[in-house]
Amino acid sequence: MSATGERFPYLKDAGEVVEVQRGPKPGGLGGAYRAFGETLRGLKTTMARVIEGPVTIQYPEEKTPVYPRFRGRHKLHRFEDTGLEKCVGCSLCAAACPADCIRVVAAENDPANRVSAGERYAAVYEINMARCIFCGYCEVACPFDAITMGHEYELADYNREDLIFTKEMLLAEPAERTPLRREGE
Amino acid sequence: MTLPLASTTYVEATWILIVKSVVIFAVIFSIVPLLTVVERKVLGRFQARYGPNRVGPFGLLQPLADAVKLISKEGFRPENAVPFLWGAGPAIVVFTGIATLAILPWGPVQDIGGTPVGLYGIDVPIGVLYFFAFGSIAFYGLLLGGWASGSKYSFLGAMRSAAQLISYEISMGLALLGAIMMSGSLSLVSVVEAQGSLWYVVPQFAGFLVFMVAGFAEASRAPFDLPEADAELVAGYGTEYGGMRYGSYAMAEYIEMFVISGIAATFFLGGWMGPGPGWLDPIWMLVKVLALIFVFFWIRATIPRVRYDQLMSLGWKVLLPLATLNVVVTAILVTVT
Repeated sequence: MSATGERFPYLKDAGEVVEVQRGPKPGGLGGAYRAFGETLRGLKTTMARVIEGPVTIQYPEEKTPVYPRFRGRHKLHRFEDTGLEKCVGCSLCAAACPADCIRVVAAENDPANRVSAGERYAAVYEINMARCIFCGYCEVACPFDAITMGHEYELADYNREDLIFTKEMLLAEPAERTPLRREGE
Repeated sequence: MTLPLASTTYVEATWILIVKSVVIFAVIFSIVPLLTVVERKVLGRFQARYGPNRVGPFGLLQPLADAVKLISKEGFRPENAVPFLWGAGPAIVVFTGIATLAILPWGPVQDIGGTPVGLYGIDVPIGVLYFFAFGSIAFYGLLLGGWASGSKYSFLGAMRSAAQLISYEISMGLALLGAIMMSGSLSLVSVVEAQGSLWYVVPQFAGFLVFMVAGFAEASRAPFDLPEADAELVAGYGTEYGGMRYGSYAMAEYIEMFVISGIAATFFLGGWMGPGPGWLDPIWMLVKVLALIFVFFWIRATIPRVRYDQLMSLGWKVLLPLATLNVVVTAILVTVT
């Protein structure tokens, strides 16, 4: 029988006993000496932070880089060759939206002056950014990859009305580019 | 046997004294606001951040913005407060802090434009006693302010300062006693001049340590900032103060820190001694004082606030015996050699 088994005979398995490692008792000359040593160790630790330098990102001037799959402001897309809108006004994104922030009104395409590649197009396409929770379900629901989540995260504004993004705003490229994280960052 | 007093044979003209006091006042009052912003920046670096850097170049105008904010605040007095004493509290701490600056020596008697001028406010023969006297009166400011505020947090903070003063002032005095015995003088100028061959930090290392630790307590700086422990006492004695009255307490803390660093530099780090021509002496003194103030910041960034019973047991069970032992050993060695 092991030493711990003798000390704790009521335990079936001596392996359950965890011996706690305790430091030396505080107080006395030894305690004062150790406290002094630990203080010096603490001073070394804080000084090491000075040598490492600050890790702050000076936000308005520098921006936090985002990951490639970051879900920021939405973008609507056009076909690059024809310039037609990819969105056909099917409203699947609006149906998938849990926050109910997308409003789509579809209209028939005029064959002489096509807006989208399909039969119909989105006459009105609005996203209320004040309600959007940036879940990305709209992106998943879209059968034509017409809507994707971009990298913009600076969406604050002074009025709630200004947070309703229209189709023109969503089709346009965002004014400022958010930096992307480098590989392995 | 010569009495341990400074030379009183050399008397300066009154106008020199006035000019000197104005210069000291102006220089210190330019340095103290800068210390506040430097402290915040240094603390920031210790915590891997920048600290204030928005107001002016490198954030150097931050104290100006703080002062404008504090001065333009409403001078509110709580209903329970005792009017006169409540106003006297901040005034006393600032006054005593500034008064102690007068004895800090920045250099020996030097020839400036043909006039011999001592680069110190005044060389009092009882220099150290002057420092301790004003250091003790400064605590009256905290006590009166805390008591007269008519608030329990202020009162508790004031009681804590009283207990802290009693615990640490004895060790502080005993810590300096070793250096005083070695130099054989109470005058700060003579103490510095006695360190020509060897700074007292070497033979009096225990005294230096005890003095600095007790100095942290005297200036109520971390880790001994119990009188204003914000986690438990709101702001201690300063709870009911606002505007520039609060600002005076904050300023007094920095002046106190400057004074304690100055006394430590004078007694243990050779004061103005340093290589170079005579006009560099005040610069050397300033460098030493600022280095010690950096230690204050460094300690604040490192050590958490001690518990109240720990404060007491450190003062009475560690610092006092250590300081006494240091005094006894120094006395024996000074007598033997």
